[in-house]
Amino acid sequence: MNESVSSPTFSLEALRNGDRKEFARLVDAFSTPIYRLALRILGDPQDAEDVLQETFIRALSALPTFEGRSSLSTWLYRIAVNEALMMLRRRKPETLLNENDGGDEENSDNESNYLVDWCCLPEEELLSEEARQFLDQAIAQLPENLRLVFWLRDVEGLSIKETAEALGLSETNVKTRLLRARLRLRELLSEYYYERMGMRPEEDAP
Amino acid sequence: MPPKKCQALLSQLSEYVDGSLDPRLCKVLERHLKTCKNCRVVLNTMRKTIDLYRTVGESEEMPSEVRERLFHRLNLSEYLRKRP
Repeated sequence: MNESVSSPTFSLEALRNGDRKEFARLVDAFSTPIYRLALRILGDPQDAEDVLQETFIRALSALPTFEGRSSLSTWLYRIAVNEALMMLRRRKPETLLNENDGGDEENSDNESNYLVDWCCLPEEELLSEEARQFLDQAIAQLPENLRLVFWLRDVEGLSIKETAEALGLSETNVKTRLLRARLRLRELLSEYYYERMGMRPEEDAP
Repeated sequence: MPPKKCQALLSQLSEYVDGSLDPRLCKVLERHLKTCKNCRVVLNTMRKTIDLYRTVGESEEMPSEVRERLFHRLNLSEYLRKRP
């Protein structure tokens, strides 16, 4: 589990009073996960950087009235998600109109591949440069609402409750989406690694 | 298609992986896992899927020039050198 998300503690009083040093600490603690999240939503480094900057500018102006009902991290993620989604809607309105809840569709064409245990593949193969690119492509294929839940919960290590707060969803909804996202990614990875297993150990020919 | 029982238990795997599944349901699931290789494969590969994304995600650093521009934009340039 990623501890870095919730472990740093900050003085809310100092932040509310505009303590710049404390704010700089906050920025350093959360800029990387927020940048990664924005990159995952928008797929473009420049857009992700814009969202990152807007998130902290908005946080800076809203801090004096932050009541602390949710944690600072959840609050920041929520601002970032809203900023990123607004940008996405401005840039790609057509993709969102077509989006459904996703992940329900039965995809049984390659069912036998899904039941192959590829965990035994060596780490250098599971995390080769090519495999990393495939991991990126696979998560990009998920509908946005599944991708966000998976990313916050499983990569950034937020709890179910924190993920629900950050995304403005119920905990039940987060659990449902998380299950769908995990099952879908597992299927996509199974197809990919199944082929890698077939190529081992020495098969290089086309 | 996988047997109906497997399909039904599939919906519990996510909570089982998180350690938040009701203990009674855990026992039923674990009993099933002992005899069902397919469900064991799904469980193992789901865990590995999460594990791989976490490893890759955590290693993804924000470029240092992005941090620099962020600090400048927020008028925090004087704290730029003090990266924890």
